[in-house]
Amino acid sequence: MSHVDLGDLGLDRGGHLLIKQALSTVPVGGVVQVIGRHPALPVHLPAWCRAQGHEVVEVGPGGGRVRRGAAEVGRWAGAERAGGPAPDGLVARAPATWGLAARGALVEAGGPTFDYPLDRREQVWADDAPRLYTQAAAAQWDPATAIPWDAAVDLPAEVEAAVTQVMTYLIENEVAALQVPARFLAKVHPHFREVLQVLAVQVADEARHIEVFTRRALLRGPALGLSTVGGQASLKTLVDEPDFALASFLLSVMGEGTFVSLLKFIADHAPDPVTAAVARLSGQDEARHVAFGLAHLRREVDHDPALRGRLAAAVERRHSALQHTAGLNAEVHDALVLLAAGAWTPEAIGRGHDRVVALVGEMDQGRRHRLKMLGFTEGEAAALSSLHTRNFM
Amino acid sequence: MADTLLMGAVAYDPKVVTIWEGFVRWFAARGLPFDYVLYSNYERQVEALLAGHVHAAWNSPLAWVEADRAARARGRVARAVCMRDTDRDLTSVVLVRADSSFEAVADLRGKRVAVGASDSPQATLIPLGHLRAAGLEPGRDVEVLRHDVLVGKHGDHVGGERDAAKALLEGRADAACVIDGNHLAFSRDGTLPPGSTRVLAQTGRYDHCNMTVLEGVEPALVARFVDLLLSMRYDDPEVRPLLDLEGLKQWLPGRTSGYALLEEAVDGLGLDLTIG
Ligand SMILES: [Fe+2]
Ligand SMILES: [Fe+2]
Repeated sequence: MSHVDLGDLGLDRGGHLLIKQALSTVPVGGVVQVIGRHPALPVHLPAWCRAQGHEVVEVGPGGGRVRRGAAEVGRWAGAERAGGPAPDGLVARAPATWGLAARGALVEAGGPTFDYPLDRREQVWADDAPRLYTQAAAAQWDPATAIPWDAAVDLPAEVEAAVTQVMTYLIENEVAALQVPARFLAKVHPHFREVLQVLAVQVADEARHIEVFTRRALLRGPALGLSTVGGQASLKTLVDEPDFALASFLLSVMGEGTFVSLLKFIADHAPDPVTAAVARLSGQDEARHVAFGLAHLRREVDHDPALRGRLAAAVERRHSALQHTAGLNAEVHDALVLLAAGAWTPEAIGRGHDRVVALVGEMDQGRRHRLKMLGFTEGEAAALSSLHTRNFM
Repeated sequence: MADTLLMGAVAYDPKVVTIWEGFVRWFAARGLPFDYVLYSNYERQVEALLAGHVHAAWNSPLAWVEADRAARARGRVARAVCMRDTDRDLTSVVLVRADSSFEAVADLRGKRVAVGASDSPQATLIPLGHLRAAGLEPGRDVEVLRHDVLVGKHGDHVGGERDAAKALLEGRADAACVIDGNHLAFSRDGTLPPGSTRVLAQTGRYDHCNMTVLEGVEPALVARFVDLLLSMRYDDPEVRPLLDLEGLKQWLPGRTSGYALLEEAVDGLGLDLTIG
């Protein structure tokens, strides 16, 4: 007969672990001899067995004999593995009853049913997601130390005001870029763990962007710049988009992709080192956001070619919703010109203007390139890129 | 609704609603119309059983004794048709502090003993019966410190027992009476730090709740009800959470052989169990 010796250990200090282990080595109905010296063992052993559904065959000072009950086996009857821990353990559609279980965990039957509308692999997954998450986690930077906040920033008042205006504009765009993935984060089935992780870091990235742009805006003066109806109207169409595929297309492929060009422009032409650093570091993060959006949409479009039509329609719909707004407001446009000019002279302003014109061209090229990666033809890509909001995001 | 089996239960905790609502659905899915009525105390429930307001009553051991005696007094017959696996062969213990000098129950003469609610079979009546059998008359030879949490609910609420255990630990009593499983539970959850108490005495075995039915209820209906209870399996994920809440792994046929200690205790203590 199987036996277990508890020594001086009582059931009040974990002795049941040894008994459970011993019982697991015999079949249901099998008997284990329990011995031990704890004075309360003859009281606690029957009490524990009663609660666990085991039968005490005999008990006395020094221990007893326990017949294994069926409850523990019964609890795990019908339990199901929630896929496998590695990405090759993903399922096409994650059952609602797997809920919050770790991928690969054994899930007890009869649990609650969760509501995760984004539960299909083709809706959310990208083979790059694990790599992008790892990369994002490794690339986190500390705003306190990564930006040379103490560097000399002594710009002409008009240029400083332009930088503040650009930062003010960036902040409201970053807030939209934070809230869009955050809205979908809780709708993605936790089975797609790496997707949750990518989106969560993306949200954290945007939080940091909001911080550094705010701090740069307030570096030399107490006031922020202007927020316009046109800018907010454009962002509202993005924030309101309820469909994950369409929202990530508009946000990541079209908007954040365009922002990669914008932030590079700001970093390249920044009139001071702080502005250059906040734009450069944020731009690196944005590139990852674009990469994830593109990767999962490419996969989804391959699986469902009709999605391309819906993506195009979303751009067109947004365009018509915004056609009566002013697009990129003059304040932001002029501020970019001045920022790139860096000085308040006719020559510098002319140079800044030319640079902004070139920027708009680069943004268009970038969008066309990404649209073609999603399988749009050259002509479709050109047409859709031209309909993208003039507000950039 | 004539073919509906109506059962009474005492609302000692909000979870009672969850449990019996779950059972209503489970029974309905198996073709038994079943409903329940909640009472605030067991005496009211036993009255209702005798009056025929319910077909069955989920009774505490004391409520069983009350129902059984009241039925006999009226020339009627009460039966225990079903019980939980956890209702069989319980014991209670008389605890003292580990560093005290008590070695036998007799040493408690002149001392103060903490118990649970005055109508708790496990934490008051049976342990006090045990002291009486050892020659200590409660109230005369030992002082009884009661912890009346939810009287009428027959000690179903664990609070009274926990208070008794704390009274012992804090030195307000020399001994405390709790059910064996709660001594283990209180030791594990830190109410009684391991090693702080020892078991001075253990009562004999007794049974706890049962499903009580009086003669005169349609036998086929009762049989269907009992058969379904007995058929509940712990590996059924639908019913398992309800069994966990109600504290059992399996329903067993009822038996009445496990109430002798309680009967002896209530008689010895002179409790008036008259119903109605
Ligand atoms: Fe950002
Ligand atoms: Fe972003």
